[in-house]
Amino acid sequence: MSLSDPLPLDSGLDVSAEGVDALDRRDRAALRPPWRQPLALVGGVIVLAWIVVAIFAPELAPHAPNDQFATPQLPPSHLYVFGTDELGRDVLSRVLYGARLSLPLAALLVAASMVIGSVLGSIAGFFGGIVDAAIMRVADLVFAFPGIILALAVAAALGAQLRNAVLAVIVVSWPSYARLSRGLVLAARSSEYVTSAKLLGSSGWRTMWVELRPNIAGPIFVLAALDIGNAVLLLSGLSFLGLGAQPPTAEWGAMVSEGAQNFSSYWIGLFPGLAILTVVLAFNFVGDALRDMLDPRTARMIRK
Amino acid sequence: MSADALLELRGVDVAYQRRGHAPVRAVLGASLAVRAGEIVGLVGESGCGKSTLGRAAVGLVAPTSGEVRFSGEVVAPIGRRARPVGVRRLQMVFQDPYASLNPRRKVGEQIADAVRLGSGAGVRADVALARVPELLERVGLSAQIAHRFPHEFSGGQCQRIAIARVLASDPRCIVADEPISALDASAQAQVANLLAAVAQQSGLGLLFISHDLSVVRKIAHRTAVMYLGQIVEVGPTDAVWSEPSHPYTRALVAAIPRPGAGSHLPTELPGDVPDPARPPSGCRFHPRCPVVMDRCRTDDPPVVEVAPGWESLCLRSVARDGP
Repeated sequence: MSLSDPLPLDSGLDVSAEGVDALDRRDRAALRPPWRQPLALVGGVIVLAWIVVAIFAPELAPHAPNDQFATPQLPPSHLYVFGTDELGRDVLSRVLYGARLSLPLAALLVAASMVIGSVLGSIAGFFGGIVDAAIMRVADLVFAFPGIILALAVAAALGAQLRNAVLAVIVVSWPSYARLSRGLVLAARSSEYVTSAKLLGSSGWRTMWVELRPNIAGPIFVLAALDIGNAVLLLSGLSFLGLGAQPPTAEWGAMVSEGAQNFSSYWIGLFPGLAILTVVLAFNFVGDALRDMLDPRTARMIRK
Repeated sequence: MSADALLELRGVDVAYQRRGHAPVRAVLGASLAVRAGEIVGLVGESGCGKSTLGRAAVGLVAPTSGEVRFSGEVVAPIGRRARPVGVRRLQMVFQDPYASLNPRRKVGEQIADAVRLGSGAGVRADVALARVPELLERVGLSAQIAHRFPHEFSGGQCQRIAIARVLASDPRCIVADEPISALDASAQAQVANLLAAVAQQSGLGLLFISHDLSVVRKIAHRTAVMYLGQIVEVGPTDAVWSEPSHPYTRALVAAIPRPGAGSHLPTELPGDVPDPARPPSGCRFHPRCPVVMDRCRTDDPPVVEVAPGWESLCLRSVARDGP
């Protein structure tokens, strides 16, 4: 065949080039930067807004959260935008102050369970054998219970206190990090860069910290981002059931619980409920976008 | 084997256990020595056990019997603990350069870490980093690339970086497991020459495992030929290539395409390599051997010393007068 002969080869190439283009376009849509995805943008703005509220609650709130100064159970009006609760406290101020509790605690929770879970999981995956069996059976034990039930049991056993509720949520949420990081370490452990590090004389701990950590961190951070919303929900759930924040603390879950006892005054429960809803939803949007960005392979697998 | 060997394998067996099946004896009674300043080529078909032998030589695979010694010290299989400092001077270059470099760490950091780890202790981080430019230049790369990541380089460049990292640990012996077979044709010669040159300059022992016979012929002082887990012939490269004693070596040498060979295709061996889990009786090569005798089917072939430093594992091999 002469070089100038264009026919069969070229037309074949054209078709495949188009196919590649179509694929590229779909991938690009999936991998748009977060600031161009509407949901991620909305989520980010709401999260930022709540963080601002948490920091500047004393300046933003019209009243102190625990001041019982107004007539109880006033419906929303221009004076009390979210109304007042059964003890005559301003619901708006309490919701704003609630952010000071829920957001930092959720971040602390997630950070603690991420560190505990991924360290234990990495140890299990890296050393294998009886260490692996012991750690992962404990994790399985936790997985076997519905999260909120186990958290309830732990919080009840430790005593109804906000600190114990935080501990209870850590107890139920570390295993997912352990499972994830164990899998990642197992996959990376047999790779040749780990083998070469061991040949060079790297100890097990150094190999884990220096060689493996940067390679498994991405998916773990994605899980953490997706988990913040969950942590907020679990914590306010415990408070709702009376096992977390105790009165008169302005905590969203506890406030919804008060609202449930005064059902005729819908505003007492509605506004803290909306606060929980927006925070959880916003963190999930941000987490999804983060996953698409940091972990494009999984994101693409889910889409197809 | 000689007393001055740097790396010495003596009667090494490696068997892979499989549940419900007979174990695969990937390496069988392999003995091989690498001296300082010597390049030993190890050739053979895919699946003949040459990579397993290389991994056993550095301790990545535990031999089921026999022993591996490095400067007189027994090379223990790598476990959870850090490798002893003495054995760290026995290093390995892998086949896939992308896989053997950490994708999330800068190449300079990885080389500096090798400096610190190889020395055992006592090298400060900044001192180790200061050696990186010199090491990169030694493998023909610019010192400027230290802050880049492995994915920014071509396969050949990555293999050079991997070699620089091995050199950073100040090795006395390097086992190179198919170091060029994942590379482009142009990079193959460069990397092979680089390894040979580095070994010569520093007087290192180099065990060069490859299926590329022409490269081995060019750089190796001695050549070992493997077939189905056994070293069937080992001797000075020139002698082994010009007048091979073992029929398998003869077939291998005949299979190298030559310019000017006219229309003659290289001769081929009949049949395939047998399943290593069920090796043939007697000589493992007998089903494919062009000069097979009745005794080959039943008797294990003896090690015949063809000439000093030249051995062949064949009933038909005879001693010759001088090399």
